[in-house]
Order: sequence, then structure tokens, then C-alpha cells
Amino acid sequence: MQFGIFTVGDVTTDPTNGRTPSEAERIKAMVAIALKAEEVGLDVFATGEHHNPPFVPSSPTTMLGYIAARTERLILSTSTTLITTNDPVKIAEDYAMLQHLADGRVDLMMGRGNTGPVYPWFGKDIRDGIPLAIENYHLLRRLWREDVVDWEGKYRTPLQSFTSTPRPLDGVPPFVWHGSIRSPQIAEQAAYYGDGFFANNIFWPKEHFIQLIDLYRRRFEHYGHGQADQAYVGLGGQVFMRRNSQDAVNEFRPYFDNAPVYGHGPSLEEFTEETPLTVGSPQQVIDRTLSFRDSFGDYQRQLFLMDHAGLPLKTVLEQLDILGEEVVPVLRKEFEALRPAHVPATAPTHAQLVKEATR
Amino acid sequence: MTERTLAVVSAGLGQPSSTRLLADRLAAAATAALPAEVVAIELRDHAHDLASNLVTGFAPAALRRTIDAVTGADGLIAVTPIFNASYSGLFKTFFDVLDKEALEGKPVLIGATGGTARHSLALEHAVRPLFSYLRARTVPTAVYAATEDWADSGDLVGRVEQAAGELAAAVEARPPAVREDPYADPATSFEDLLTA
Repeated sequence: MQFGIFTVGDVTTDPTNGRTPSEAERIKAMVAIALKAEEVGLDVFATGEHHNPPFVPSSPTTMLGYIAARTERLILSTSTTLITTNDPVKIAEDYAMLQHLADGRVDLMMGRGNTGPVYPWFGKDIRDGIPLAIENYHLLRRLWREDVVDWEGKYRTPLQSFTSTPRPLDGVPPFVWHGSIRSPQIAEQAAYYGDGFFANNIFWPKEHFIQLIDLYRRRFEHYGHGQADQAYVGLGGQVFMRRNSQDAVNEFRPYFDNAPVYGHGPSLEEFTEETPLTVGSPQQVIDRTLSFRDSFGDYQRQLFLMDHAGLPLKTVLEQLDILGEEVVPVLRKEFEALRPAHVPATAPTHAQLVKEATR
Repeated sequence: MTERTLAVVSAGLGQPSSTRLLADRLAAAATAALPAEVVAIELRDHAHDLASNLVTGFAPAALRRTIDAVTGADGLIAVTPIFNASYSGLFKTFFDVLDKEALEGKPVLIGATGGTARHSLALEHAVRPLFSYLRARTVPTAVYAATEDWADSGDLVGRVEQAAGELAAAVEARPPAVREDPYADPATSFEDLLTA
């Protein structure tokens, strides 16, 4: 399994001292967090793409290109890339460029954005959300796989004899995940292409995601990409750890209580009961994360949300130390021991895709 | 024939509550006309969960079961106290967290309570449009009970029986409610979506 972190890139006031980082501080903090992820042995760093305050990461490939230059093993990914409002031609070119700079350490996750107004900001209509995701992604695949593309669709100008540049590294496009929290159509899309399906399960109860992932697995098999249990599933997680679990609860509670997404609603105890959020000792995080397998089957990618709700950088880096040193090594061993041989350990890496292409 | 189910939602805040009392009277009259299993719901019990649902976008487990009971029922009796010329905030919040298609076509009997009969038309001006918007089939008679009605039971009983009879007939005229599974295999293939 691949383990990593994903970030929303929110600028949020630290509720314990009222301090709000500047955009510059937050952007540099995201980079520091990515570098730390590699240092502590994680596999993946994924950044969100947002075009509204209080979020800063509007330009993921700029950030990931910079991180690529300062890392050696880390896979650079997104959470998510807006397949609805970005021009698929620009996505094809930006991420092919990133592949070359990062020597293939790139995959990406398609999504539809966090807010309705993002559609008109980029000249699109939210009512076309799903059709845009379908048409744009189909074109993106062709731009990566065919050197010369003639194309006509509903949502952008036609292309004649168009070549997106640079061509994907080694002629192999990056692996693609499709992220969704509720749309069965996106599970269907991921299954149709044999792509990965990332269920961002961190804010909602698991019963919903079991159904969504089951649909993806069934349809992955239906479209002939392998058995249902061989489909590529990614999951989110959200943790806060201290050696003594009561210390973790006490320290995290003000951040939880004031968090932009769920603050002033359910209690920390209720939310940990209903969602994957785990606040406690490293062992509690290990036990909880292993239980995901019981609900969703063997899966290939686990991304944790670690830096949000105004947590200071120093704390986030400490959390990553604990995650990398005490939690992930155990999870790697345990998940690997449980995984049947016919189930892929990870989604295909660039090296694996190159090998498959030349076979 | 399978037994029908009737969800009875009361947004009364007091205990005991005259809103719940009216809801129970309506339920008893409806089941006298058409045998049905009654699921009684006090929104007061879910007040905290409803606030959480507004903030997080998902219903905690206990509220989820209640929502499923209401959306899966063959008929609905919905009774609110009238506050400031309209339904109570708690009542509205419950219907706000339902999927917007959840009550489509469902027979609904609306009722309300208040201190004086002066507020009775809030049922027609506020509560009925809410259910019209949700495309429920609200029966023609809505029942308002003012404090004084509980003393003069003859008139209220007549209105309760009239409305309950209409609800029973509307439920009986429809096939039993079926829940659609949004995660079933899609009816249209992805190829068709691509060429649409």
C-alpha cells in the first residue's frame, strides 16, 4: 500500500492563539510538510486545487514542480484536479511537463471542486458538472495517448491536428484517480477506464462509502479490468496523535471545535464515532486504519489529512514524525500480511506502467 | 397485502406537547381508517443531530434512521407549532436535511398548533407551500388546533377525521413505497453517457 498525506491548503486562524498565517507562510508550510513526508518515509503528497480564499493552492503544478526538485522518492499527486473547469488541454500539458521534471513521480486525482461559483469563474455552468467531467476526461486521455488529435465536443473549441506538448514521459500517461464523495457516476467513470477510485471518506459515515466503493469494484470487473477485489481503491483518513491519548484529545479539541468544515456541530467524540477521525495514541490510529480494510476490502492508497483547522506547522511536522516513525511502518507490515497475492499492492507507478507498455 | 407504514413527525418542544397530542390524534384516526404501522418521531429528540447535520452535511446514525423511516413510509403526518407566523425552525430544519426528491409523491397530512386560532392560516400560507415545493401530495384538509379547541372537542374531532380519511384514501390509492438504491448498477451504460 502507498501511504501519504493530502492537504486542502486552507489559511485558518489558530484558535488557541488567534494567529493567522499569511498566504506566503501557508504556501511555504505546505512545501515544508511535503518535504517532511518524504523525510519520514511516506510515499505520496497530494495537494488540493482551490480558487477561493481561504485556500491558497490554485496552481498545483507550480507547487508540485518545486517539491519535485527538492525530493527524490515522493509521488506527487492532487486532491483534486478540477476536471470540470480546467481546460483538458492545459491539464494534459501541465502534468506531462511535471512528469518530465519529476522523473515520472506523478499521478493525479480528478474532482469537481468544492464550491458552485468555481464553475462561472472559469466560464462553465455547474449544471453541466457531470457531463463536463465525462467529456473533458475523455479528451484528456486522448491527448495523452494520441500524438495528433482531431476532436469535437460540446464544451470547448474543436481541435484539429493538435499535439499537446510535451508528450507524456516515456509515452506513458500518469495514473489517474477519480475522487468522489457522493456521485455514483464518478465511480462508474473510474470503473469504465480501469482507473483508481478515491473515496474521500473523512467527513462522512462509512456506510455510504461502502456502497460507493462496492459499486466501483463491481463495475471495474464488469468492464473487464480484473476482479472486483483487484480494483484500485484509495481512502482518506484524519488523525491527531500524542503518546498519551488524553493529551491528543485535549490538544486537538480546540482545533476540532473551531474547524471550518465541522466545527460548532457535533462533538469531537461524536465525530470520531461516525467518521474516520482518530484522535489518540499511535496504536489507536493503527487499529482504526486497519479496520478500514474490514469495511472496504484490500486497498491501495491511504492518504491522511494532517494540516488543517489552523494547526501550527511545528505541530504538523511532529505529527508527521509520529506517522512516519510509529504508525506507517506497522500499517505497511500488517496490510501487506493480509493482502491476497492476486490483489495489487499499489496503484501502478510510472515504472510499472512503462514496463506494461513495453511488454 | 403488506402492511402500510405511517410516519408521524411532531415538532413540539414541550413535554407533554399539544403538538404531539394533535399528531397522535391524527395518527389514531388515520389508522382507524387504514391499518398501518405507525412510526412516531419527536424532532425534539434530534435537535442536536439536526444542527450537526446542517454543519457537517451528514446525518448522525440516530437521525439517519429517522430520516429513512420518514422517507420510506407510505404516508406522513407532519405537525408543527406555529412560531412567528410560520412553522418552527426545528420543523423546517428536519425537512431541509432531506434529499429534495425524498418526499416526491408521498401523501402528507399537515397539522399545526398554536395559542389562538388567529394563526391557523399559517398552515395554508407556510406549511402547505413547503410540501408543495417538495412535490409531496398534501391532502386538502389541514388541521389546526388552538388551545381553545382542546376544550371544544366536537369540532376538532370532525376536522381530524376528515383529514385522516383523506390521508388514508391517498395512501391506499398508491402502491407501497419502494426505496431506490442509488448505488445499483446504472441503467445507462457509460458509452451512452460519452456519446450523449
